[in-house]
Amino acid sequence: MSRLKSCLLIFLALFSATESINVEVLNEEFTEALLLRPLPDRKVLAHFHFRSSAPPSERCGRHHHIFPKSIYQLVHKFQVREMELSFTQGRWNYERWGGFDPISSSNAKPPGVELWAEFDVPQDQVDYSWKNLTHALSGLFCASINFLEHSSSYSAPQWSFGSASGKLRYGTLPREAVCTENLTPWLKLLPCRDKAGLSLLMDRPSIYRGYYHSQRLHLKSDEFGASEMSTGMVLEQTLTVVLRPDTFSGQALQPSWSLSSLIGRSVSRKCSLSSSSNVYVQFEQNLVFEGDKLKEDGEASENAIPVGDGLEDNPLFELSLPPKRVIKELGNSQKAGSILHEFSVEDSNEFKPFDLELNWKLPVAWSCPQAPLQASRFLLGSGNERGAIAISMKSTKSNNVERTSSFDENECWLRVGIFQIVPWYVKVYYHTLKLFLDGEPQSSMENIEKIIVSPSEDKVSTGVMEMILRLPCSVNTAALTLEFDKGFLHIDEYPPDANQGFDIPSAVIHFADFVANMSFYDDSLKQVPILSKLQEEVPVVSYTEVLLVPLTTPDFSMPYNVITITCTVFALYFGSLLNALRRRVGEEERFLSGKGARKAGPLTLMISKLSAKLRGKPWESPKQSESGRSSSKYKLLAKVVLVAGVAAAWQFYFQ
Amino acid sequence: MAEVSAVVKPKPRPIIRVGLFLISHSLVVSNVCCIAGVLALLLLPVIAKNTYISENALMPGSASAMLSSDDASDGHVFLNKIMSISSMSINTGIEIPEMIAKHIIESGGEVNYHKFQPISDHFHPLQFFLGPDAGIVQENYSSTSYGVNTVGIVRAPCGDGKEAIVMVTPYNSVKPTSSEALSLGVAYSVFSLLSRVSWLAKDIIWLAADSRHGEHAAVAAWLRDYYTLSSGDLEKNLDMCSASSSPGHEVTSVKRDGVSNGFRRAGTMAAALVIKVADSSSGFEKDGLKIYAEASNGQMPNLDLINIVNYLAVHGQGLQVRVEKIWSLLDSWWLYSLGELQELIGKVAKSLNPQWKFGIPAPDYVEGCATLASSLYNQALGVPTGPHGAFRDYQVDAITLEFSPRFSTSQRVLFLLHTGRLVEGVIRSVNNLLEKFHQSFFLYLMTSPSRFVSVGIYMIAFTLLIAPLPLVAAALFSDASKSKSPGESIPASTSWNWLYAAKTVLVVHLWGAIVTIIPHLLCQIPNSSPLISLLAWITSSAVLLFFTRAASGSLSLSRATQLQTREWTLLKAVTVAATFIGLCLMSVINYATAEIGAQLLVPMCLMAVPLRVDLTAKTTKTVARGACNVLLVFVGFPPTAFLLSKGALAGFDGVRLDDFWNWIESLREWNSATYLYICMVHLPCWVLCVHILLHRR
Repeated sequence: MSRLKSCLLIFLALFSATESINVEVLNEEFTEALLLRPLPDRKVLAHFHFRSSAPPSERCGRHHHIFPKSIYQLVHKFQVREMELSFTQGRWNYERWGGFDPISSSNAKPPGVELWAEFDVPQDQVDYSWKNLTHALSGLFCASINFLEHSSSYSAPQWSFGSASGKLRYGTLPREAVCTENLTPWLKLLPCRDKAGLSLLMDRPSIYRGYYHSQRLHLKSDEFGASEMSTGMVLEQTLTVVLRPDTFSGQALQPSWSLSSLIGRSVSRKCSLSSSSNVYVQFEQNLVFEGDKLKEDGEASENAIPVGDGLEDNPLFELSLPPKRVIKELGNSQKAGSILHEFSVEDSNEFKPFDLELNWKLPVAWSCPQAPLQASRFLLGSGNERGAIAISMKSTKSNNVERTSSFDENECWLRVGIFQIVPWYVKVYYHTLKLFLDGEPQSSMENIEKIIVSPSEDKVSTGVMEMILRLPCSVNTAALTLEFDKGFLHIDEYPPDANQGFDIPSAVIHFADFVANMSFYDDSLKQVPILSKLQEEVPVVSYTEVLLVPLTTPDFSMPYNVITITCTVFALYFGSLLNALRRRVGEEERFLSGKGARKAGPLTLMISKLSAKLRGKPWESPKQSESGRSSSKYKLLAKVVLVAGVAAAWQFYFQ
Repeated sequence: MAEVSAVVKPKPRPIIRVGLFLISHSLVVSNVCCIAGVLALLLLPVIAKNTYISENALMPGSASAMLSSDDASDGHVFLNKIMSISSMSINTGIEIPEMIAKHIIESGGEVNYHKFQPISDHFHPLQFFLGPDAGIVQENYSSTSYGVNTVGIVRAPCGDGKEAIVMVTPYNSVKPTSSEALSLGVAYSVFSLLSRVSWLAKDIIWLAADSRHGEHAAVAAWLRDYYTLSSGDLEKNLDMCSASSSPGHEVTSVKRDGVSNGFRRAGTMAAALVIKVADSSSGFEKDGLKIYAEASNGQMPNLDLINIVNYLAVHGQGLQVRVEKIWSLLDSWWLYSLGELQELIGKVAKSLNPQWKFGIPAPDYVEGCATLASSLYNQALGVPTGPHGAFRDYQVDAITLEFSPRFSTSQRVLFLLHTGRLVEGVIRSVNNLLEKFHQSFFLYLMTSPSRFVSVGIYMIAFTLLIAPLPLVAAALFSDASKSKSPGESIPASTSWNWLYAAKTVLVVHLWGAIVTIIPHLLCQIPNSSPLISLLAWITSSAVLLFFTRAASGSLSLSRATQLQTREWTLLKAVTVAATFIGLCLMSVINYATAEIGAQLLVPMCLMAVPLRVDLTAKTTKTVARGACNVLLVFVGFPPTAFLLSKGALAGFDGVRLDDFWNWIESLREWNSATYLYICMVHLPCWVLCVHILLHRR
């Protein structure tokens, strides 16, 4: 009976296990997508988006088929609630490539490595978890993220990033070089790696030749919250590159490109594990607007055949493949929204690889939507003593400001958040904060809505400034200055290549009232991850430049000189000290007098005796030894000169 | 026992014995040291070392030049456009900046205009100690005569934008000469190439500086705005002033393309190259290149920057590289015979031991001397030799490259190709640099483009010159305190006697400080010719001197009568000590000034003996000494020294008295520490020497 029972139990257990596996298979998902967008300055943006999700492990067990195990372990070990890691090379050009769309808001990152993570641990363990996480990530991604471990390199923002739980840590490494060694581990997290699917396109030389390259990993899990509501872990991996097509096409015409000419590879098959793998080509609002205008002009002038909505008759460009569908964004009152053409790579194979081509027909110029203010940051002053950081923000005069804020002129305010980390060796005096609006100095308190400053502590913590400025909508320029002193470092605190200078990480400028999202007519599109990502409301964020502060740097060969001179000084000091202690003046005088009375050497004595005999004078004791000594000195000199002369003559004649 | 110890005095410590020995033989020592000092200076061209590239990261010439003849011909087209604009009848100075801006945008760069007015002159001689303020420039543009710099920036494709390399081409926006257009053509061909290449790690800034108000002023104004929160940052729509009365459609069309008046920046500057083309042709069978490096107060850029330019120009493009030299020294017979002498010594030494390799051919020696003299003079002057000087004030290494084409008009494309490739190579080298320039020397003198004398060697000449000063001061002091007259009533007071001498010296130095300020006051007087200003300066100084002397003399007159016997010895001792201190201080600030000043001051101070003493003795030796003294004092007076050297180098025909005022005025306006040296060290010491010479006993 008991046997039967146990059998039954085992059977039940097995059954339940298989069931759970079934559920897992249903829930675990991987999708891939690529979004291409022509940019106004003859470049092309390629944005790869990979998303893997896993159901919560409490319900569905700890074994995954698709979701990378290393990330799962990371999440569980360090109780990560949300994390974002980005590796970036180059700068996002906000002026030309836009700063108001979802892609630039969430994928334009500062150069180097940026990492922030929020933990689901008690407050006092957050730093501990952060330190371990940085080490784990450092090993995982072959990068020196472990340098973020020290408390003087990361900070705890209060409200600038995501939640205000106080369990978030933020750190950047502006000098980290990004290369394939970071990409390969990142690709390993994908189920198909770069063997199939869209990741096949990641040809290293062409990716790293680009103008901007940012690989990002965003992880979100609510494993540790309320278990019933949790959706599990979601890992988003994106790679954003800006490339320039090599094809040459006249002066005015935008360059035409194809996937194979742009990247050097083409997709031959989809990753069989991915539930969807699509390619999107996006045409921005302003470009669509230009196209519509041209179309209208054409209709007006030619009064030609009525044109449909197809892309064949688009006056600006043509695509080599028919799109699976065309998705339109909801526009505003003046302009229609941007257009996405969707292509699927599923029906491609090795003999017929997916190779999209875009050909421009007419020259066109357009501009990308801009964030309300364009920020740049620079250093003021020169010399090794002090300087100032200035953040200047210029209005882009984009119509976004009017669109989102109320129409009442007096009440129109623009809220700008600034988050700035400053390393401790740049000693910022926060009381010197000055604000200029349109060139007029302002009392800063009037325009600051909220500010948190935590000054740096030498060798312990960074200085952090978080503030929200409230500027009138009509403002043209706003400038913020902060003065600082340059600190001195201990000789072993200097990093390698110290003479390059020291970095101040990028400041983050976020526009609290603005959200960058796209909204589509069709609500069902939310099921496609990349589209749902585009529809997500993300705050408009831009990063400023990294600053390079030249600090006083010692000559690192100096220790040798210092040792030499110190030893000399010590020798002199101790020599004279010992002399003073040991010498007895009376004794010495006695000794000297004794020496004076003593007779001269035997040879001189003999010579003087001899000469006295020769001269026939009585020999005297050498009292006038002064003259004798000087004469012997001259003799010595003469001998030396003679020997030297003989040697010189020898050299001269026998060579 | 006590008797014995009294007879045999204990020997003092060896170091003190050496000191006493030197002091007692101070005459011989000072003669030997002075002659050795002058000889060491003359020997510098012989012991100059060949330059070498110290920083390995620079790797000049390791990449082949990418600038093709297409780029060069683009540059040629560009310069033809500029020349066609400049030949237009109506030119308000805005057409060329617009044209440059259009081309920069077409090649993919970012542009902005930088409007400036020449900076009003303030005298900040020690500015380089403090550095410019990090403040905000608040100024009012009167909008009458501003210049417009055009700034183009190429952002490095993969770079992080922390550093930048600057290329400067000064030109006159109203009437550019063909050579200025040529330099713009060079810069444009390089710029358009750099906007396409993928290897850039640092941003490139091209500053087309409007030299209407002087080249240096334009560059300095731009730099000042770069390092401060300027009006371009603060106000958005600073429109071009309406003074340019032809707004035209061109302005608006360019503006739409993204030219802004907002100031654009690109990180910390790593190096700057000023590109100029000389008006005259080189006169050689090769294209010439002249390098100017001296910045304000004798500061030099890192030697590596000169080295890469020299290396690439000689080995890469086959240019004839030169640095400035004093041409008139080339024909001087005495220098040539000196050169032959050292050549002979070198030959003899080499025949004795083949390992001994010194001595260079006599023509090389003469040329080295001429270059060294020019290098020394330019550093001593403390006035930058070109627009690159403005960069050094912000610790940016910069040099001016002045190309001189072989033919004036033909083969311009070839010239553009060569020079463009050189500039590209230099930029590529600097681009390779991970750290800022720090490996090589900052303190050096050039004796030819490929030979230099570092600080460790040229210090010797100066040290030898000033070494006898403290010895002589000590010797004179001990003389004066030993030989007090037996009838002295208060023997204790003699040891403090030097305080009276010190007071005199101090008063004269204070007078020197006042003399420093006088030209500033004289400048306030409008419409004064240089000659009148100079005379006013001299007379007011003389009157002031008379008054100060009278005021100080009245105080010490009662005591002076008794103690006059050896007073001049004490006075000379203190003067020599003060000279020593002044020269040492100056050598820290500007070595070259101190070196040249020491050549004049040290013999004068050491020789000074009252003429009356010499004349009463009436031996040939004393008469010769007196004559020498008079001659030295005559030569040591700053105006005569200046005019004599000018006459010796350029011929006495063109020498006029007001040249000195202009010279001094230029020193003052360029914030040169040399001006301070002349007024506060040299002049007081000269006055004190005159005072000693005219001493009553």
